Amino acid sequence: MKKVNGCGGRLLMRVPSPRRAEGTQRERLAALVLVSMILLRATAAWAAEIPLDQRRPDSDFVSADSRAMQNDDTGNPAMLVLLDGEALWNTKAGAANKSCADCHGDAEKSMKGVAARYPAYASALGRPVDLEQQINLSRTTDQKAPPFAFESKELLALTVYIARQSRGMPVAVKDDAKAKPFIAAGRALFEQRQGQLNLSCAQCHDDNWGKTLAGNLIPQAMPTGYPIYRLEWQAVGSLQRRLRNCMSGMRAETYEFGAPELVDLEYYLMWRARGMAMEAPAVRP
Amino acid sequence: MARALIHVPPSAKRGDVIEIKTLISHVMETGYRIGVTGAPIPRDIIDDFVCTYNGEEVFRAKLYPAIAANPFISFFTVATESGTLAFSWTDQHGATQVQTAAITVV
Repeated sequence: MKKVNGCGGRLLMRVPSPRRAEGTQRERLAALVLVSMILLRATAAWAAEIPLDQRRPDSDFVSADSRAMQNDDTGNPAMLVLLDGEALWNTKAGAANKSCADCHGDAEKSMKGVAARYPAYASALGRPVDLEQQINLSRTTDQKAPPFAFESKELLALTVYIARQSRGMPVAVKDDAKAKPFIAAGRALFEQRQGQLNLSCAQCHDDNWGKTLAGNLIPQAMPTGYPIYRLEWQAVGSLQRRLRNCMSGMRAETYEFGAPELVDLEYYLMWRARGMAMEAPAVRP
Repeated sequence: MARALIHVPPSAKRGDVIEIKTLISHVMETGYRIGVTGAPIPRDIIDDFVCTYNGEEVFRAKLYPAIAANPFISFFTVATESGTLAFSWTDQHGATQVQTAAITVV
């Protein structure tokens, strides 16, 4: 299943030299286009989910240096953000004048395993929310405070702090009847071709993981390490930021932060990584 | 005050070579980038780092715009006596942040 990528490349290489007669050239091109169309259809049919026992964390696809940085609490720059998150956890906010800690107590106990269960269905909204959105829900309904903006320093800090409490725990998102339609929608988006490059997420992350894209190894897209400290960003960012990044890489129109499509996609990806160990906050190139 | 993380072994044997690791939160803005409005983002970097061991300088580094955000500096020194290691980061505007760590040498 991994042979077919790069049909386009082969097509280009096989274009006959300009010395040949133009008629022949056209015929050959037409034949090649036909062949590549058949091949491309076949690729779509071959796209298959990675078998459970072949799944590997994204940290397997980064350099040993980045991995060491991730696992060293003095070297992982996300730990600086975590300290901000800890401070925010204990800061009173909003009309209710309550801190997160006033209701949830010690995050090291109360938040253990929580990040591994998100996105999760929120009955109040009738659809799933991710961890960032859940934090904002608590802020608006319980603390009576204005929500944090997506990708704001505060929201990322709290998310990192909460996600860190699940490190090493298995991903355990719910896939009951309520969740299934959203996971299915996320999966459809994962497999759907999009953008000017006409690529789907699956073509890289299911069919060609382990190969290189530019200088980087293509990981299996198991989102166990989010929010991540990305060296390219020189900052911490959310899974939605990463997804939007991939989409603009495919020259597709990106969804707005918080868009239901992005949450569905996050849900599917976490479900895909079910049972794998959480490693947030991870370090990625 | 910027967040900083320091790792110093809490205790060591006299004469041991010990590894010290420091990480500080800072944008390290190069001054070469252009913001969304098209205006250049002014340079803002930490340019000096010093570590003293009971008042004696044991390590110093000069930092330049090519250093990434949140500078991580790790180095080695010899554990000579119990006392305090003081770390100071100075930015280009002259503002200094100092943090200390204790070590027991047996």
